Amino acid sequence: MAFTKDQLLARLQELKIEFLSCDHPAVMTVEEQAKYVGHLGGALSKNLFLKDKKHRLYIISALANTKVDLKILSQRLGLGKGGLRMAPEEALPEILHVALGSVTPFALINESARSVSLLLDKGFKSQRYCLFHPLTNEVTIALTPSDFDKFLLSIGREPAYVDLEDCPVVGKDNPPDLAYLVPAEALNLPGGADKVPPTSAPAQTNATLEQKTKQPTQKPKEPSKEQKQKSGKDKINADAVADSTNVEKFVEKVLEKVSNVFIAELSKQSNAVDGNIKDHMLEGVKQRVSSDLLSMTMTLKNSVYAQGFHAGMESTLYPLANKKIVERK
Amino acid sequence: MASTTGETLAAAEPIADGRTEEGEEEQVVNPWEVSAKGGKIDYDKLVDRFGCQRLDESLIQRFERITGRRAHVFLRRGLFFAHRDLSDILDAYERGEKFYLYTGRGPSSESLHLGHLVPFMFTKYLQDVFKVPLVIQLTDDEKCMWKGLSVEESERLARENAKDIIACGFDIERTFIFADFSYMSPPIYKNIVRIANCVTGNKIVGIFGLTLEDYGGKFFFPYIQAAPSFPSSFPHIFSDKYSKLRCLIPCAIDQDPYFRMTRDVAPRLSYHKPALIESKFFPALQGESGKMSASDPNSAIYVTDSLKDIKNKVNRYAFSGGQDTIEKQRKFGANLEVDVPVKYLNFFLDDDAELLSIKEKYGSGAMLTGEVKARLIEVLSEIVERHQRARAAVTEEMVDAFMAVRPLPRMFG
Repeated sequence: MAFTKDQLLARLQELKIEFLSCDHPAVMTVEEQAKYVGHLGGALSKNLFLKDKKHRLYIISALANTKVDLKILSQRLGLGKGGLRMAPEEALPEILHVALGSVTPFALINESARSVSLLLDKGFKSQRYCLFHPLTNEVTIALTPSDFDKFLLSIGREPAYVDLEDCPVVGKDNPPDLAYLVPAEALNLPGGADKVPPTSAPAQTNATLEQKTKQPTQKPKEPSKEQKQKSGKDKINADAVADSTNVEKFVEKVLEKVSNVFIAELSKQSNAVDGNIKDHMLEGVKQRVSSDLLSMTMTLKNSVYAQGFHAGMESTLYPLANKKIVERK
Repeated sequence: MASTTGETLAAAEPIADGRTEEGEEEQVVNPWEVSAKGGKIDYDKLVDRFGCQRLDESLIQRFERITGRRAHVFLRRGLFFAHRDLSDILDAYERGEKFYLYTGRGPSSESLHLGHLVPFMFTKYLQDVFKVPLVIQLTDDEKCMWKGLSVEESERLARENAKDIIACGFDIERTFIFADFSYMSPPIYKNIVRIANCVTGNKIVGIFGLTLEDYGGKFFFPYIQAAPSFPSSFPHIFSDKYSKLRCLIPCAIDQDPYFRMTRDVAPRLSYHKPALIESKFFPALQGESGKMSASDPNSAIYVTDSLKDIKNKVNRYAFSGGQDTIEKQRKFGANLEVDVPVKYLNFFLDDDAELLSIKEKYGSGAMLTGEVKARLIEVLSEIVERHQRARAAVTEEMVDAFMAVRPLPRMFG
């Protein structure tokens, strides 16, 4: 359910947040926006919607004058050099539910944006008003920094203010200072994602396993070619772990291998058996044997897990057991 | 001091043993007794009386759309036929919000029959298609209270039953089995007391038909069956991140009273109401007069039956809707309404086309009772054989692992 501008403004009112609102024609740049709302005496914001190589998403909201160097920020986040790119266009309506030119921290009110990390220019804190688009670039609202924080807290976000112009040297003795702002989970763009509520605890970049939910086959949107190429490698890693313990996939692969070989042998023996009959036979065999294979494979999986579990228990208890014997001696 | 919601529920609560205002006994459906005048359970009346909803075609199609595969045969053929808030679970799932499954068994006997396996077979399907974790409660304490079993015997039966449950093919990576006697611990006990503080004795009497002559434990047990509906009962599985995780409970419809009570309590403890997906009762071999009974070995197919036993039971005891003689059968066809083999095939024969063909031929007289029974014997034998093979592979270590209080890190993987 995507939030509309009116719903957002209603929510601000519920939170007793006072704001000034100004309608204007759609604006695509800060310069254009300044023409219409400069008189409000607040700090205009430029909002970047970015992604990293692991498809984690970020909104960087900075004062219009702040220099934002993506290369430096990428290193400070622990993403290496050149790890930050503009997020794909499809992600705007898909994740933030806003149109091009309307990126705003307020988009994080949407459930779909739960895993998007927000970096705020610390310069906002000293401003009288901050100006943002309320989910549409045909309106600008101005609110105080503390009210803005209030809003963020209300959607479960801990406001993260950062000196965006700082350029510390990131190296062996200087770990990336913004690494804690990297989201814990990546979003599978577009379509289904493993939604995780935002945690105020810092998330380590390396430690998390990407968990991708199995895509239902009837999802209408197709990933763009660019995403397919980029996500290919990462997807292989994450899926490999999930696949290796997936009983249904295992049985499918086994049946396929056996079928292919069987068909090949059959064809060798007799060319008379035509393709259709072969397929039919295969389907029949698969249907009859699937249930048994699935059951047997699940039994194997559970047995193996049980053994591993007990080995784990024993290995933890072993040093303690040993210690006792030594002491008694 | 009952809250207003509580009182409204008590007023709307169907009289525990199904008597009408005139004192006439219609059908009795509660966790300890299922019977109906004339034999046949009126499920429409039951759904009305309980206040749950029918599972219709559109929901089944939704299942298929969301999961990307054909719905389970029990759904397609209407064995799981009623629900509470199932749409909410599906809505949430489509939004990316997960849920967990909760089901259970009262281990009153060592011998399980196919009717006992039904909710577990269906729960396994749900676990597979949604890739969600599952908790299974073995209510050894309940059987101790109601059946007068010793604590030790109840515990033993619980462990034995656990083996048959495991044999249904649950995934150990996302399944936690627990028995009340061994799992009772601070997290779940605290929830039990929180629940107990929301439900008066009067309410329990109203729902379960207990009297002051009954032992006190029976008043307390419903709170124990309710507690697993709340994720905080399992902190080793559900961290704070999942503190408000939704719960879906597959069960037979006679368990509805427990969860009506739980649903009433849930909002007061700031939890989602658990959703339910409910099944009819599996017909006994002798016909549609109630549940299969563990005390009558010929009323059901047991998981320990040999192929010979199955053949014998089906041929001798399965109530046939066919005509008395072959000539009559050829002429008039069978009464599919009362024929038990067809009912069983309805639930266990996955192939829609074949089932339709059997019904047509049997109903018109082209097929004889013997042939239908033979097909049923085949189908049942396959199921029982598979179960026995899986059961034989369940070791004590495997049971220990399933029942270990351990995290399930890949439970949504």
